[in-house]
Amino acid sequence: MAVAATVWFFGASFGLVARAAGMGVAAPLVLSATTFAGSAQFAVTSILATSGGAAAAIAAAVLLNARYAPISISVAQLFHGRRLRRLAESQLIVDESWALASRGDGRFDRRLLIGAGLLLYAAWLGGTAVGVFAGKALGDPKDLGLDGAFPALFLALLVPQVRTRQAALAAVLGGAIALALVPVTPPGVPIVAASAACLLGLRRGEDES
Amino acid sequence: MSTVWLVVLVVGIATVALKATGPVLLGDRTLPEPASRVVALLAPVLLSALVVTQTVGGDNELVLDARLAGVGAGAVAIAARAPLPVVVVVAAVTTALVRLVV
Repeated sequence: MAVAATVWFFGASFGLVARAAGMGVAAPLVLSATTFAGSAQFAVTSILATSGGAAAAIAAAVLLNARYAPISISVAQLFHGRRLRRLAESQLIVDESWALASRGDGRFDRRLLIGAGLLLYAAWLGGTAVGVFAGKALGDPKDLGLDGAFPALFLALLVPQVRTRQAALAAVLGGAIALALVPVTPPGVPIVAASAACLLGLRRGEDES
Repeated sequence: MSTVWLVVLVVGIATVALKATGPVLLGDRTLPEPASRVVALLAPVLLSALVVTQTVGGDNELVLDARLAGVGAGAVAIAARAPLPVVVVVAAVTTALVRLVV
């Protein structure tokens, strides 16, 4: 619930920022409904607000969301049934629902992923609506320190993931790749590049059961 | 079509496709052993990268600000085996306080 409240607040601030950037009422809502990923949406808004052009806004958002290719592959086995149903359910994948659903042994909980995804989707879209119409009353989520809450959440969910030596090594390597690339690449690239650390899995781990 | 709507539609469709990559193309098919070992490492690797980028990430630069203190306080809470909502609140409050003071 703490996560949903935080997501709601960020949704509201997105709605406010998007409205202020001249995106109108409907466009921010459609973007929240289809994209459902905060960082890319904020990037789009700030680029459009500084008249950076459509191509730059699209490129930044696609780069930021490219991580959803590896993320969705990691949970692919949870999705059953017809293609259309898998397509619809896959839209509930977002950093937070994915992280909350991870069970720590490389497996994921389908009910948590879908349940948290639905809750967060409602929070994000509802927050956007409030932000678009009445955002000024809410203030800046940074004043509440909410931007420091997300990395702490991901850290808490990372800890149970690194029980094997190979997983710990891969996590350290992935973090190091991301840290090295943050100063020299546009946002989004470090996360995608870090996923190369998974290739450590090609080596059979000596402490795997 | 206005620039805003063009961007909203293209970004929306691209993100839907990216999120559908695994579930639509792979579904519940069983992966070969080496591939599944690689996929099993995606969670720790991506979580670690998210921690790094969201703590010190900026626009083409490292940004060391109150978020670092928040994550540090969160790490202490994690080490003390605090439940998840407590970790999140501790990190947010610390980030906000440090930002207020510094």
